[in-house]
Amino acid sequence: MIDSRRPAALAGFRPEPPGSQPPYLHETYRSSRKRAPHESLVPIPQTLSEITGPTREWPRLMGASAADLTAGFKGEPLGERIVVSGRVLDEDGRPVRRTMIEIWQANSAGRYVHENDRHPAPLDPNFIGAGRVETDDDGNYRFMTIKPGAYPWRNHDNAWRPAHIHYSLFGPGFGTRLVTQMYFPGDPLIEIDPIANCVAPDVRDRMVSRFDLATTLPEFALGYRFDFVLRGRLATPMEHA
Amino acid sequence: MTELLPLTPSQTVGPFFSFALPYTGGEALVLPETRGERIAIQGIVRDGEGRTVPDALVEIWQANAAGRYAHPDDDRAGAELDPAFIGFGRCPTGVDGGFRFETIRPGRVPGPEGTLQAPHLAVGVLARGLLKRLATRIYFSDEAANGEDAILAIVDPARRATLIAAREGDDPSYRFDIVLQGEGETVFFEF
Repeated sequence: MIDSRRPAALAGFRPEPPGSQPPYLHETYRSSRKRAPHESLVPIPQTLSEITGPTREWPRLMGASAADLTAGFKGEPLGERIVVSGRVLDEDGRPVRRTMIEIWQANSAGRYVHENDRHPAPLDPNFIGAGRVETDDDGNYRFMTIKPGAYPWRNHDNAWRPAHIHYSLFGPGFGTRLVTQMYFPGDPLIEIDPIANCVAPDVRDRMVSRFDLATTLPEFALGYRFDFVLRGRLATPMEHA
Repeated sequence: MTELLPLTPSQTVGPFFSFALPYTGGEALVLPETRGERIAIQGIVRDGEGRTVPDALVEIWQANAAGRYAHPDDDRAGAELDPAFIGFGRCPTGVDGGFRFETIRPGRVPGPEGTLQAPHLAVGVLARGLLKRLATRIYFSDEAANGEDAILAIVDPARRATLIAAREGDDPSYRFDIVLQGEGETVFFEF
């Protein structure tokens, strides 16, 4: 006999506030024009399929944290060594515990370890630019890397991406999945980047990290702080049991 | 009510994730001891001009053969966890836009209003050009329960077929193409 009852304490995720997320079609981002759906998204109630996810299973799937992107090579990668730390929280300020943050980026010259990256900047034999870190029981994370370089792309004439680090997070469920990019304070390219500006400037600025002297390691690495905020839980279940 | 913290906005996964996000075994969800009927699901991702998308990442999340999710919030009695099955898969598309998963047919899980859902997988699509993940579902063409599924019932009948993987052969294998835009566009959900 299949049990059709929903688990007792299961609440869905809060709806995303209007303007908090980009549209699919953003004309100035050329790649979105033929890939953004024409039809409206179909709203559906959240069920177990949307509320659950591989929350605690990341280390089993992909292995333990690899939180030092500068380690594991014969020598030191070129560039400015940095520490990035922060917290993963939900909208209610609750820590998102034991969730994996996947990290990837270009090297300090703005080049990715990818066969299709045609930017004529040097690869670094001592840097790949991929790592992952699991949050602790208070939602904290911390990793070491080098500051990625800006790089040109073919979106429009003389287009350059601001320096950024890519992140992939799952959070508590399928409905809290987040893939995003983090920018660096004071970068003049942020203002003119079509991807960063797919949301309003005040929303965009949530993706800009903050220099932090307390995170900075003396005589070793500059420190940046960046918090992620994922969808929170509704106070009561969305459906009738 | 206290003010909520502002959500972190989504950004595209970009074109250059293949050295970071795929992991060994991402497309193969089954171990020899996993319980349930083995199935394969394969398809091609296409854009609004019918071109294949060679730089997409397809992710799936599903219940085990008994209809139980490997998640602490799914604590129902009567549907057993399978220690040899997690239910998450990840597959980058190849140069031909193709993806393929080896998994098991999921059991039925609870739906809205005390109903049971037809067997399905939750699907996420990430790619260059997608500023946010696209979410859809895979149902199976040979499931009678599709007719009583509360989520399928919400979808315009004319577009419902885009959510149903077609059985091919006796292995069995299912075909599920994903059309991001235009004619035959896959139904994508928000929740």
